[in-house]
Amino acid sequence: MITARGHRRRNLSIVAAVGVGVIALTGCAGGGGGGSSTKEFTYLGQTQNTAISGTLDVLAKDKCAAAEKAAPLKADAIDGTTWDQQLQLLAGQDALSDMSMAGGTPSLMQEFIDSGKVLNLSETFKKEGLEGRVLPAAESTIKALYGGGDLYALPTEFNIEGFWYNKQILADNGIEAPATWDELVDAAATLQANDVQPFIAAGKDGWPITRLVGDYIARDLGPDALKKVADGDASLTDPEYVAAADAVAELGTAGYFGAAAGSIDYNTALNQFLTGGGAFFYMGSWALAAFNDQEQNKIGVDNIGFTPFPTVEGGKGTIDQVPANVGIPVMFTEKGYDDDVAQWLDCVTANYGDVALNEFGQVTGFVVNNPPADQPALTQEVQNIIAEAPSSVLWFEAAFSPEATAVSQKNGGGLAAGTLTGEAFMKLVQDANK
Amino acid sequence: MERLLGNPRAVLVLLGPALLVYSLVMLVPIVWSLVYTVYEGNAVSGFEFVGIDNFVRFFNDPTALEAVGFTLRYALILTVLQVVVGYALALLYVFFLKKASSLVRTLVFFPVILPTVAVALLFRRFFEAAPTEGPINSIMEFIGLNTFDWFGQPDASFWVILMMDLWRSMGFYAVLLYAGVVEIPEDIIESARIDGAAGWRLVRHIILPLSLPVLLSATIFSINGTLKVFDSVVALTNGGPGTSTTPLTVYMFQTSFSFGQYGYGSTVALMLTVMCLLVTIFIFRASRRDLTRNEK
Repeated sequence: MITARGHRRRNLSIVAAVGVGVIALTGCAGGGGGGSSTKEFTYLGQTQNTAISGTLDVLAKDKCAAAEKAAPLKADAIDGTTWDQQLQLLAGQDALSDMSMAGGTPSLMQEFIDSGKVLNLSETFKKEGLEGRVLPAAESTIKALYGGGDLYALPTEFNIEGFWYNKQILADNGIEAPATWDELVDAAATLQANDVQPFIAAGKDGWPITRLVGDYIARDLGPDALKKVADGDASLTDPEYVAAADAVAELGTAGYFGAAAGSIDYNTALNQFLTGGGAFFYMGSWALAAFNDQEQNKIGVDNIGFTPFPTVEGGKGTIDQVPANVGIPVMFTEKGYDDDVAQWLDCVTANYGDVALNEFGQVTGFVVNNPPADQPALTQEVQNIIAEAPSSVLWFEAAFSPEATAVSQKNGGGLAAGTLTGEAFMKLVQDANK
Repeated sequence: MERLLGNPRAVLVLLGPALLVYSLVMLVPIVWSLVYTVYEGNAVSGFEFVGIDNFVRFFNDPTALEAVGFTLRYALILTVLQVVVGYALALLYVFFLKKASSLVRTLVFFPVILPTVAVALLFRRFFEAAPTEGPINSIMEFIGLNTFDWFGQPDASFWVILMMDLWRSMGFYAVLLYAGVVEIPEDIIESARIDGAAGWRLVRHIILPLSLPVLLSATIFSINGTLKVFDSVVALTNGGPGTSTTPLTVYMFQTSFSFGQYGYGSTVALMLTVMCLLVTIFIFRASRRDLTRNEK
């Protein structure tokens, strides 16, 4: 009798322990396995970017209706400020969506590529007969970004960067769009003397400042100079590289970026330029959407001019090497790729460029077959520059490690605020780039 | 009851589930993190055994050492401020405001219950230089000073963080120390007063020695909290300008999750734990020595 009770009690305690264990484990395992599905075509993007999911929605209703029928689109979005972290965790759990925005840092994408998580689009295009749907310039930019010579992401954006300027302010101060760095510095001095803020930049975000450093290096030392740093053949602390950071730091020390340059964020900077708060604004062509918006643009779209990043006297780079980027492109996962997703890939590559440009005013790296009838002159000018550019250059941190990218962008504001020397900045970034 | 608790199986059934959950959510990740300190890599690229490389790197990493410097500076200064201001407030409640202190206590305690992010946004606006001038800069301009970019200068950012965290936490320490001071028997204070002790002498020779235990607790509480500061810094300056206000906790988070270096991030975490342990042991030992000296 006692033995039977003892057994029952032991059994009970084992059941209790196992039960609690199971509950705890299922609690821990929540969220796993939510990745790809054969029934749905899953897309994951950033909440800040509505253009991609919007375009996909439009495609699903019209041009991609067949693909939508086979595997309905399920678009989801998470906050973009911690995008790389979240993507890394999803990849670690093998839970990436069939299609998603790519990693923000090229080196993270490199890890995905090396570990076979991302679909090789060059091979897939060849196999499925989809070649020729991505613009060569955009394709080469993505290939340069991730290395290796194959395409691993689709250019849902294609942007060129340079100085946008307020035509009226330049005319009032007797300044022409500068073609060399020295002319740019002279123009800034004239503007400052006339109580006009020469440059508007989002120092708080850092990257609009570090782009200037990168572009200066490309103009001075040639378009492959930053690749040499990434490959370990040169160091950012070499005098010729420090000279670029010093050139930008001098603008900061002279106060050309305004009084509180380190505290200005992207939206503030954009608003400042569009309300006539300064003369030059270094930015990508994605800002065209805001320039073309009459609500935001108080200075008028016809009053905005574009000039490429100026040349540096005696430098190896030329003015037609356009600083370009593909924003955050989209990638497909190797694991989720099946016939249904193949149908989506076919439809997206064929129609994305048209829909994005017509519905959202977004210039992409896809071939456009039906451009909108009337485009603003500035948008047209940008498209012409893209079409005519013989080659492009990547931005300062494109080939650096995530750590170096973070350090660079965190300290970029210091250059604009005049609190950091070019040498100190380059040393910080070089130390972090391992 | 005694028979029940004397039965190892009953103890296992009662403690087991809680222990299991605790082990799963606390101990396993801690041990896991300890193992990571000798590895390099992340969940995507895989892990590689590197021995003590992460530790060598930590001691040669200028950013990590800068973060250690910031963490110690911040923890020491804020602990002193929290305990001193908290103690001064406690004395004010007990000896000056007395029964009327409840309203002031509530008002000073109020920031403790506010979310850190809300307080940080408030202080950001207060000290803002651009795009709109905050009240502090407006006042400076009004009295003829130049406006100042508080979050663009490392030292200024540091003091703004300190000021915010002091405002946010002093009410808590005031209440903690108030509970200790109010417990001092009235007759001891009364007899000291009859013996002629008043004002500073009363505090120095009677109140302070008798409230040493609670002061010690408050100090340990404060130093451990401040060494692990994370949310207020992230919300106010996000470690900037540059990395000048980056504490070890934020650096640990960045290395692990932004840079994908789980091994090095775990090493930073371990160093932070060791630092907390050393500081706590140091305070314990120092205070024990003090107490024995007082007894003699």
